[in-house]
Amino acid sequence: MKGAATDLPVLRPFRAPPVAATGWSPVALASAGAGATLAILFAGSLAFAQAAGGAREPAYVAVMRWTPLIVQGFLFNLSISVLSMALGTAVGAMFGLGQLSQGAATRRLSWAATQFFRNAPWLVLLFYAMFLLPFEMRVAGVTISFPAWAKAVVGLALPVAANVSEIVRGGVRSIPLAQWESAESLAFTRRQTLWMIILPQAVKRMTPPWMNLYAILTMATTLISVVGIQDGLTITRAALVAESRPELMMPMYLLLLLLFFAYCYPIARATLALERRFHVKG
Amino acid sequence: MIAAFFERLNETQGVNFSIFYDAFDRGRFLTGLWTTIYLCAASILASLALGLIGLWFSESRSKLPRLAMRAYVQFFRNTPPLVQLSFLYFAVGGLLPAIPDGAGGRMPLIGGAGWAIIAFSLFAGAFNVEIFRAGVEAVPPTMIEAAESLGYGRFQLYREIVLPLAFRVSLPALGNNLVNLVKTTTLAYAIAVPELLYAASQIWSESFNVREMMNVLLVTYVALVAGLVWCLGRWEKAMRIPGYSS
Repeated sequence: MKGAATDLPVLRPFRAPPVAATGWSPVALASAGAGATLAILFAGSLAFAQAAGGAREPAYVAVMRWTPLIVQGFLFNLSISVLSMALGTAVGAMFGLGQLSQGAATRRLSWAATQFFRNAPWLVLLFYAMFLLPFEMRVAGVTISFPAWAKAVVGLALPVAANVSEIVRGGVRSIPLAQWESAESLAFTRRQTLWMIILPQAVKRMTPPWMNLYAILTMATTLISVVGIQDGLTITRAALVAESRPELMMPMYLLLLLLFFAYCYPIARATLALERRFHVKG
Repeated sequence: MIAAFFERLNETQGVNFSIFYDAFDRGRFLTGLWTTIYLCAASILASLALGLIGLWFSESRSKLPRLAMRAYVQFFRNTPPLVQLSFLYFAVGGLLPAIPDGAGGRMPLIGGAGWAIIAFSLFAGAFNVEIFRAGVEAVPPTMIEAAESLGYGRFQLYREIVLPLAFRVSLPALGNNLVNLVKTTTLAYAIAVPELLYAASQIWSESFNVREMMNVLLVTYVALVAGLVWCLGRWEKAMRIPGYSS
């Protein structure tokens, strides 16, 4: 029943006035702080290099000269990360669904593979792929060659697949069991339930950790420089060797750090925002 | 007996596990294992300390330390650990003065292992700050109000009420991060710290047994991680408060 309109203040439900956004949010402030700190460090190290360089070519000219090459290397890192993520997600989704399978053998096997690759260090898995994959393969008379970068993609995709497998399993498990039961009572088959009811909901919950994993993978792509592939870090090192001016080390490495930060930080923020949006109060 | 078995395995099958019968390779491998364990232990302790200091900063009432802590956390979380390590070892390490090493030469103030520990602690510490902060936020505000009404001071409140509860809440996430830290120690390979991966690569480049050493390496790391997980599980069980879930 709707009450009659009244002026009595007592009967009115209390409504808090909307909180006006005052200036910058703390999060924006913090990110601005992090960015500013990095920029100040970079500028400071440049100035220091300038002073230490003495009569030689100004430090910023030297850094500017190498910037396009370093950015190119960084872009190579990004393309490796995209390829590994695609491969890892495809394989990992299969293992993740395998972990939920009703067949005991499939389930155990997927579980064991997932745990094994999740608990081994990324660098060791990368070495594994680099050394143990053949550089070319003959399949039915056709020679398929595996260049170093392709092997690196496979090596990085192994731990990614294991992590995706866990994300898929966790996402599906987070859907209440009642959904399975009600679908069963509506005569959905198991496959139908999974594809039409559970997965569409679970994908939403899997997205934030998946993005988080992508950021981790992007940062891990620098590992390929250890196994001798020309990436951003290798090029930075080579540039430093070519210049052979120790005072340039600070600004050059900071430049690379800045590039990665500029790429990974927005991903981290978006992940947080999505997490908050999909968060269901328990 | 074991040595004889693996030696025969090598002669008859060509499966060369040189670390089990060759004393020199075994010595290198064990030194590597020891270095890895040492790196892990030192970085875990230092990162935990950093996490606590960071927590103290980020719970501070003034703005500057809070912002500084956010900046530190975001910087180390969003840049590649390998580049951080290179930056610290080559760029920052190059600025530090060298000291006499007692044999007439000069050695750097902080060696490769030292920088590795510093870099890994900073990296894992950034995650620990976030984990501890989440734990502190999970402590119900009523608990804090109750303690305040009993006359607890700020420091006492943290030491006796908030931190013990927060620590128990954050243990699972902390365990994940420490496992990650153990895996990150392989990066020390890049600055030639003789840890497990480095030792293994030396062995396989001399004994030509890449395949065997790779598998030994993988199994060793999985065993190390399993050991850590087991310890953390025991710890978690020992710290559980009866009747207090979550």
